[in-house]
Amino acid sequence: MSTGEYVPHAPGYVDSPGTKMVTSRFGYEDSYTLERSLATGGYEGLKAALAQAPDACHGITRDATVLGRGGAGFPAGIKWGFCPAEVWPRYLVVNGDESEPGTYKDRLLMERDPHQLIEGCLIACYAIGLSQCFLYVRGEMAIAQQRLADALNEAYEAGYIGKNILGTDFSVDIILHWGAGAYIVGEETALIESLEGNRGMPRLKPPFFPAAVGLYGQPTIVNNVETLANLPWLMVNGADAYKEHGSETSPGTRMFAVSGHVKRPGVYEVEQGITTYEDLIYGDDYCQGIRDGHELKMFIPGGGSAPWLFPEHVSLPLEARPVGAAGTMLGSGAIVIMDDSTDAVKACLRVVRFFARESCGKCAPCREGTSWEEKILQRILDGNGRPEDIDLLLDVADNISPGPYPVASDESQGLEAVPFPPRQTTICPLGPSSVAPITSAIRRFRHEFDAKISGVPVEVGS
Amino acid sequence: MSRLTDANVALAREMIARYPRPKSALIPLLHLAQEQEGWVSDDAMAHLAELVGVTAAEVRGTCTFYEMFKLHPVGTYMVNVCTNISCQLLGGEELLHHAEEALGIRPGGTTEDGLFTLEDVECIAACTEAPCMQVNYRYGLRLSTDDFDQIIADLRAGRHPQGLVTANPGEPIPSHGTLGLTRQQTGESKMAGVLPPEQVNEAPVWLNANATEDAS
Repeated sequence: MSTGEYVPHAPGYVDSPGTKMVTSRFGYEDSYTLERSLATGGYEGLKAALAQAPDACHGITRDATVLGRGGAGFPAGIKWGFCPAEVWPRYLVVNGDESEPGTYKDRLLMERDPHQLIEGCLIACYAIGLSQCFLYVRGEMAIAQQRLADALNEAYEAGYIGKNILGTDFSVDIILHWGAGAYIVGEETALIESLEGNRGMPRLKPPFFPAAVGLYGQPTIVNNVETLANLPWLMVNGADAYKEHGSETSPGTRMFAVSGHVKRPGVYEVEQGITTYEDLIYGDDYCQGIRDGHELKMFIPGGGSAPWLFPEHVSLPLEARPVGAAGTMLGSGAIVIMDDSTDAVKACLRVVRFFARESCGKCAPCREGTSWEEKILQRILDGNGRPEDIDLLLDVADNISPGPYPVASDESQGLEAVPFPPRQTTICPLGPSSVAPITSAIRRFRHEFDAKISGVPVEVGS
Repeated sequence: MSRLTDANVALAREMIARYPRPKSALIPLLHLAQEQEGWVSDDAMAHLAELVGVTAAEVRGTCTFYEMFKLHPVGTYMVNVCTNISCQLLGGEELLHHAEEALGIRPGGTTEDGLFTLEDVECIAACTEAPCMQVNYRYGLRLSTDDFDQIIADLRAGRHPQGLVTANPGEPIPSHGTLGLTRQQTGESKMAGVLPPEQVNEAPVWLNANATEDAS
């Protein structure tokens, strides 16, 4: 039963109404123990999987259309199918390097229900013959590492991992691995570089999918924590039951972290596709509206990399396709709400500064461009902006992401949306992501930039 | 003494054995070195290079990419205040300014008594609980300046800070370098077995044995 309230031992999580596919144990204080997991259906999904042929489990995952929950939204069952047929061994790498600004749900899943994640890993390994699993947890998440270490020790001891799991011929190892502070390692090829003990720089593409050439050059499936956490429920209940939730093209539930200027910020598990931003922001069961005395000014709909949306867009459903057509992305399930007290230039600078600090330095347009963007925005904010700075900013941005950049519609100016995704001159999307807040803020709030620039007392230089 | 202790060498060998290639253990091993000393020294990197069979320069190359590794001594407690967008909206920058005043240092600096190093950090994944920080990677959530002062006072006095979240109630805040308080302890006897990729040329047994007729 849902309490509709915050859960004190899982700070940030709100036990909202509705079907819970991945957070069903969060209400228990000891949800991370093997004892509690087993008492509440833990490892039943693994048993259901082992009772079937591996390719049947792959088929269920494909039929259910389990969309990747990391940001790109690619169907896991299809991704699994990209492994070349006769190349062995194959590996599973779990992406728990959650660090997109505004995002956290993988951390809660690892801290609160590590056995559910382990079970999901086992199901994936069984289904497509992955012979070893590496659980890459973000370095800063010490509690998640500790809970996963404890859970792995318990699960090995109880025979759920290792040799001849539950008396079958299925054998696999799961290795806890952890990072050391680098946002870019969330990109799957950078994650693999990092797991090989290298600097976490993305690999040149093609090949576009590590499923073909990944860890040690072998076929490698990189799946997000929440994606894998869906598998136990799916194996127990089946694809048809899974598809009864959410919309036709985005079945199942998804966790959203809503932060910023709302009355009840929190992490909510809701049905994808049929729930809207409006439901989350204003619904009594969710964030209960903008804080008193203020109105919504803008919001980030899918993590720091996502172009911004505005009050007239709140009716959009939480589903990749319509959000992409509206000029942005559903992304990592991070929604940041900004009310009318927010300085658009300051907010834009803060997000851009993040990308400038986190650029890995491999591609020149990103390495140089993100720092230029930060410096120009900083001087505009400080009152030292130059009249040509807005054009300069857009020109630098165009060197990283050429052509029209995805942006929301603006009816008051008669401007249409530019659909997602952006183009890029770089190997990975980090640099292009830095452009999102710039085009969003300048198109909508150019007057705020102009006001700061025109306030310059002396124009420096020619 | 900056090389790994004998006990840590044994631990390192156990960790290396879990990977198909030794270099894959490098980041966890750098954490182990940092756990031992509080930072990562040249001697430690040279020792890790020997253990995983690469050059010391390769170890340094990896080490310097990652922000959590410190190449010089830092405080017992690393105080990381988040100023990214969700925290900025709810007072993260003000909290950082307060931390600077209270500790008398700028981000990157260490207090004279060697207890605290302050950093302004990027998103630490507690965005609904803004403004937030981590002390040695334990969260302080929805912090007022008074909350911050209380946590610092508790740590100075050697008391358990109630304002920080730990895996188990009352668990100590370890000194800088230690992340989780427990480790994976999977020894070789319990493992399915790890082989270098070039020694594996066939599908896993369960896949062949259980495949249905229509495996497409």
